[in-house]
Amino acid sequence: MPATHLDTTFAALADPTRRAILARLTGGEATVKELAEPFAMTLPAVSKHLKVLEHAGLIARGRDAQWRPCRLEVGPLKEAAEWIGGYRKFWEESFERLDEYLQALQKTMHDGKNS
Amino acid sequence: MTAQISKTTLTLPSDREIMMTRVFDAPLELVFRVVTDPELIPRWWGPRYLTTRVDRMDLRVGGTWRFIQTAPDGSEFAFRGEYREITPPSRIVQTFEFELMPGHVVQETMTLEETDGVTSLTVVSLFDSNEDRDGMLNSGMEFGAVETHDRLAELLASLQSSGV
Repeated sequence: MPATHLDTTFAALADPTRRAILARLTGGEATVKELAEPFAMTLPAVSKHLKVLEHAGLIARGRDAQWRPCRLEVGPLKEAAEWIGGYRKFWEESFERLDEYLQALQKTMHDGKNS
Repeated sequence: MTAQISKTTLTLPSDREIMMTRVFDAPLELVFRVVTDPELIPRWWGPRYLTTRVDRMDLRVGGTWRFIQTAPDGSEFAFRGEYREITPPSRIVQTFEFELMPGHVVQETMTLEETDGVTSLTVVSLFDSNEDRDGMLNSGMEFGAVETHDRLAELLASLQSSGV
């Protein structure tokens, strides 16, 4: 996975309004007006956020010039989730093995003392 | 958000950090010794199905580490990093980089704390430590709104659980 894609994804996700927009879109397509409703924001301000999300490939917009409904594109989010998820799993499994090793080591030390 | 995954607790302290904590039933000195001993790295570091060998582990500030992992099919790949802070027996700051994804550096801060013979080990991983990227992220981006971390965590969790 190219690091630059991931950077664009993380940069787009770094804003709370954009995350809220994405969360809303997990429920299905929405128009700019519908997306603007929960926020005390003008339509142009919301459009600006949508452009960032669109540039990052996190959303796609319909062709209808007037409505252009937005929908979630899961590809980049999946990449970000996979990278963080894979890294996290790496540590989880390491911790699990470390735990087992520490137990075995202490048992050996303990048995050594008693014999 | 706090997620309990196996016995490791995962939290998201900020937009670019994840924090993993695990409690070990062992004294602090022993845990520190095990995690810093090159001879012992292959016994616990990385996924079980991979064989790990230590190519380099120069445990001092500015020193570097490089571990090579071998998959069952014989393919090899390496991880490397640099030690930035070492405070025995409680704290190590180092970088972590997968050589197949060069430039994508994670800074890891490992801290150990002992309570009644039980040691909690915490790794805080800061993603994108590259200064250029930090500059880009900090300029013009609203950053670090605590109340919204949960939403990102929920979003990522739901994406992972739905298997997309």
